[in-house]
Amino acid sequence: MIMTYLEAIADAMRQEMRRDPSVFMIGEDIGTYGGAFKLTKGFLDEFGPGRIMDAPISEAAIIGAAIGASLNGMRPIAEMQFIDFITNGFNQLVTVAGTTAYRWGLPVPMVVRGPSGGGVGGNPFHSRDPENWFVHATGLKVVCPAFPADAKGLMTASIRDNNPVIFFEHKGLYRKIKEDVPEGEYVVPLGQANVVRPGKHVSVICYGSAVHMALAAADTLSADGVDVEVVDIRTLVPFDEETVLASVRKTGRAVVAHEAVLTGGFGGEIVARITEKAFRYLDAPVVRVAAFDSPTPFAPTLEAAVLPNAEKLGQAIRNVVAF
Amino acid sequence: MTKQRRNDKATQTWSLPAAERLELLRMMIMAREFDAAMLRLYRQGKAFGGVYSQLGNEAVSVGTAYALDRTADVLFPMHRNIGAHFVFGQDLDTLMVNHLARAGSQMRGTDGTGHYADPAKRIYGNVSHLGAMIPVAAGFALASRMRGETCVALTYIGDGGAQVGEVHEALNFAAVQRIPLVLVIENNQYAYSTPSHLEFACEKLSDRAIGYGMAGVTIDGTDVELVLKTTQDAVARARRGDGPTIIETLTMRMRGHAEHDDFSYVPKEQLEEWAKKDPVERYAERLITDGVTTAESVAALRATTLADMIAAIDRAVELPWPDASEGFRNVFIDEVSA
Repeated sequence: MIMTYLEAIADAMRQEMRRDPSVFMIGEDIGTYGGAFKLTKGFLDEFGPGRIMDAPISEAAIIGAAIGASLNGMRPIAEMQFIDFITNGFNQLVTVAGTTAYRWGLPVPMVVRGPSGGGVGGNPFHSRDPENWFVHATGLKVVCPAFPADAKGLMTASIRDNNPVIFFEHKGLYRKIKEDVPEGEYVVPLGQANVVRPGKHVSVICYGSAVHMALAAADTLSADGVDVEVVDIRTLVPFDEETVLASVRKTGRAVVAHEAVLTGGFGGEIVARITEKAFRYLDAPVVRVAAFDSPTPFAPTLEAAVLPNAEKLGQAIRNVVAF
Repeated sequence: MTKQRRNDKATQTWSLPAAERLELLRMMIMAREFDAAMLRLYRQGKAFGGVYSQLGNEAVSVGTAYALDRTADVLFPMHRNIGAHFVFGQDLDTLMVNHLARAGSQMRGTDGTGHYADPAKRIYGNVSHLGAMIPVAAGFALASRMRGETCVALTYIGDGGAQVGEVHEALNFAAVQRIPLVLVIENNQYAYSTPSHLEFACEKLSDRAIGYGMAGVTIDGTDVELVLKTTQDAVARARRGDGPTIIETLTMRMRGHAEHDDFSYVPKEQLEEWAKKDPVERYAERLITDGVTTAESVAALRATTLADMIAAIDRAVELPWPDASEGFRNVFIDEVSA
C-alpha cells in the first residue's frame, strides 16, 4: 500500500496498539488535536483517552512517566512535539532510562519519538538533529529511518524492543516521501544497515534525510560515469559496522553524510571505524559532509547555506573519486 | 502550627496495637543501628562510596513506608531511607551486598548504596540526581491504574532536592492525572551545606500543594506515629482516586551530608535543640511509659540489632568484588519481546 513516511509511522503504532494492550502513547496535543503534525489523527477515537494521553508541557514528566510505566509492564510511546524539546527531558533519558538495564538488569521498553531535522524553515528550536547526543549517552538505542517502509518496520521493532529507543522522524520527509509499504505486521530489525543503491566506485554512508541527498547525487553522478553505492545505516545504535565495512572494502572510497552538525556527529564515529578496520582498502581519505557547526538558522537563505544538500554531497563525492 | 496541633490531636484519639508500636520501634532501631554499623565501617576505612546517615530521620523512613501495602504499593526510597527498606522486608545480607557492591549484588557492581531495585520486594532505588525518580514513580503508579489495579507510589525528596525542576513537572502531572502518589519532603534543614532559607522562600514546602491542586501537610517528622497516621491518610486519599499528597516532615539531619562532611556549618545549639527530639529515644521512652516495653528490652534489642548489622556488614565485606567482566555486560537487555 502506498503510504507517506508519516502514515507509515502511524500505521506501525496503530498496529502495535491493536496487537498489544500494554502499548500506549503520551505526549502533548496528541489526543483531540491529533498531534502537531496530525500523525496521531484518529488515535483518540480508536484507543480512548486512557491509551492516548494528552500531557502537560512537561517533557521530563512525560519521559519519566514513560520510564516508570515501562518498569511496570507497559510499553509506552512518548511523543516529543518537536524532537528539539527532548532537551527538557534529557536527564530522564541519560540518567535514568539509559542506565537502568546496566544497573538493575530490568527492561525499559519505551520509545521516545518525534520530528527532527531542518530544511523546513523551523528556526533554531524546531530543526535540530540531536541524535548523536544520545549515541554518546550509552544505554539508548537510536533510530533514524529514511523511507516509509523502514519507518514502519523500525517503529514496530522499536516498540517491541526491551530497551529505551529514541526514534528520530525527519519532518521534511513526513509527506514528501511515499512508497509501497507492507501491510499488516512488518518488522525491520534494529541494527541492520541497508545498501539502498549498489555501486562500484564510492560508498556514501548516511542516514535520515542525507540518504535522499545521496540518492539524488548518485543519479547526477551516474551521468558522468561515477557509480555510487549508498548505504543507509538506519540505526546508529546498534550500528551495523559490518555492512559499512563490506561496502568500503568493495569500493575503496567513502563519503560519510548526515544532516546533523559536523563536529561530534555520528559521521566521525563512522570514519573512525572505517580507518581502524578497513584502512588498507582505502584509495582516498574518508570525507564527511554535514551541517556547519551552528544552530539551524531561520531565514531560508541562511538555512540552505548551513545545511548539507545533494549538490554539496555530490561535490564531495567527486573530490573523493578524483583523489 | 495550627495544622500541626490538629494532627497531634488526631493521634491522641488514634490507637495503634502494642505489637505494631513495637514493630515501629524495632524498625527505627534497625535504621539507627544500620547507621552505627556503617559509621564503624567508615571509621575502619572499609566503607566504599559515601556513607549517608539517616540519624534524626528514622521516624520518617519507617512511619511512611509502614503506611503502605507491601504487596500492592511501591516504594521509591532516597539515600537516607534505609529504614523504609527494612519495613518493606529487605533482608540484611541483600542490603549490605548491594550497598557495598560486592559479588552477588543485584547491581553486579555497576552501582552501590541504596540505589538497587528489588521488584519482588517492590523497592526501586534512587539515582544521585535528586528528583529524577519522582516522575518515574508517578508513571509506575499510572501503569497499574491503566490495568485496573491500585498501586500507591511513595517516594521522597529533601528540602534541597525539592527545588529541582523535575519535581515540579512530576507533581503537576500527578495532580492533573490524579495519580496515587505520595511525596514525602524530608525537610532536614540543610541541603548539603546550604540552609533552607537559601533553598526556598515559602513558609512551608507543603504550601506548594495548593498550587498543584493536591493535598499538603507539614508535620513533626520525629514522631513516628504522627508520620504513620498522616501517611495512612495520604495513602487512603490516593487509593480513593483523590490524587497525590505532599507530606513535609520537619526533622534535623544530625550528621553531615555524608560522613566525610564535618557539618561545622551547623550551629551547635541547633543540633542540641533537635537532639532533645531524637525520634528513636523519644519513641522508646513513650512505649516504656505506656507499658508496651521496658528499658531493658529496648537496650537488649538495640544491642542484638547492632550485632546483626555488624555481622551482615562483615559478611558482605569479606565477599570478593564482582568480576571485572560484569562491567561489559547488560548495557542493553538483549531479548526482544514476542
